[in-house]
Amino acid sequence: MMLGAGDPLLSGKIDLTVVLIVIGKTVAVFAFLLVAVMLYIWFMRKVIADMASRVGPDTAGPWGILQSLADGIKLFFKEQSVPDSADRRVFFLAPYISLMTAFLAFSIIPIGGQVSIAGHQTYLQLADLPIGILFLLAMSGLGLYGVMLAGWSSGSKYPLLGSVRASAQMLSYEAAFGLAIVGVLVQAGTLSTRAIVDKQAWTGVGSLGTWYVIPAFVAFVIFLISAIAETNHPPFDLVEAEQELVGGFHTEYTGIRFAIFYLAEFMNLITMSAIAVTLFLGGPAGPSLGFLSATGAVNTWLMPVFWFVAKVMVLLFGTVWLRASLPRLRYDQLMDLGWKWLIELAFIWVMVSGVIIVGRNEGWNLIAVVPLSLLGGLGILGVLRASMPNRSELVEEIL
Amino acid sequence: MTQFYRNYLAVAVFAVAALGMVGAMLGVGRLVRPNRPQPEKYIAYEAGSDPIRGFGQSNVRYYVYALLFVMFDVEAVFIFPWAINLEALGVSALISMIVFILVLTLGLVYAWRKGVLRWA
Repeated sequence: MMLGAGDPLLSGKIDLTVVLIVIGKTVAVFAFLLVAVMLYIWFMRKVIADMASRVGPDTAGPWGILQSLADGIKLFFKEQSVPDSADRRVFFLAPYISLMTAFLAFSIIPIGGQVSIAGHQTYLQLADLPIGILFLLAMSGLGLYGVMLAGWSSGSKYPLLGSVRASAQMLSYEAAFGLAIVGVLVQAGTLSTRAIVDKQAWTGVGSLGTWYVIPAFVAFVIFLISAIAETNHPPFDLVEAEQELVGGFHTEYTGIRFAIFYLAEFMNLITMSAIAVTLFLGGPAGPSLGFLSATGAVNTWLMPVFWFVAKVMVLLFGTVWLRASLPRLRYDQLMDLGWKWLIELAFIWVMVSGVIIVGRNEGWNLIAVVPLSLLGGLGILGVLRASMPNRSELVEEIL
Repeated sequence: MTQFYRNYLAVAVFAVAALGMVGAMLGVGRLVRPNRPQPEKYIAYEAGSDPIRGFGQSNVRYYVYALLFVMFDVEAVFIFPWAINLEALGVSALISMIVFILVLTLGLVYAWRKGVLRWA
């Protein structure tokens, strides 16, 4: 088992410079996330407006780019109301859980390559945990508590319904989400995000083939669908379906506390896009500028960050596109998609990639074995589906 | 402190900073926002009408899904270490995991046939 070596910054003696670098990175990641959320919300509103032939925000700042900042500042000045029926302690705790897990989940994302600051080598990433991906799963699991407790502690009907929906939805898709990640881990053989990114490092156009989006394409598709469902974004935003549940779990939250949930929600979306980039799209890997020195500041600092941000932005644009195009799923459709399709497909994919990995080492004839295992998996799935009671049988059963 | 735990230091610093940030946001809010209490403001929202207290119903199916999830959560405990070590463990591990997943799938199929996955 390969335990990632960890950040070289922390392997030596920990002196004042190291502490300062860690603090500097913390501040940088904070700034990155907050600015990214601010710009994403503006971008989302602007793009959806364009897709609906509207103008969108255009007053605050150039092209309305400061709109989210203005909205945020406004919310600081709004009166707080806590319902009498609320469980006050939990009600105040929930925003903390939501936003803290949203922040922490981002801490394992490799934003750039290895750089040298004040004589110390370090990765452009907050922390390279040996169990990075598990840490992400843990944080996204804990984030559920924020949503669940917020709805439950409000002492009100709509938030309760919203939070119960949220729990069932996020649990269901957590299974498919985890299995999609396993579909990559089988091939990567490590949980450290830095090691996964290193395996997809850029060495020329040919290294596009090492990006796991190609050898693990099925896992990529399952990952994207379940990640959007995990973050409760359209078309999976049943948690806060306005027409049915008012605001969902945060109906009773006002002013700045509402802003915290809102922030956490979009932060999770950005984290998920960043994780998709890390796992499947090579993270910061990309061609560097050949005419500049390979060890110069531009190619070690700027270009990896540029590629990372560019890839994340492409995925984020995809989420906005989904939001503008697709109607919300019905709850039974949501559950069917998760339990009856994604989980089974993810299982088959894990098995097939397991066969590929083992077969490569054992010298099996992959051209024969892989289609055979794929057929076997699909065959089992077919038998299972055929054995399910169909609609007419169900009606008889009920009658 | 061993090498293994050192990387968590950065995460700890980050967690403290995140806690401070949420605290600061709420603190600043507390300083600048108005407070004009009126009893009507503290009634739970219910489409404008007076709320009916003591309502705690929700569909039991949500909880069934949560129970089913436990099955897959336990499975995750085994499948993650398996995925990381598959190359070293080879054929026997592959076959054991296929059998394990088939058994798990049987559990899902049982629930499915029982109609647990059927909504409404």
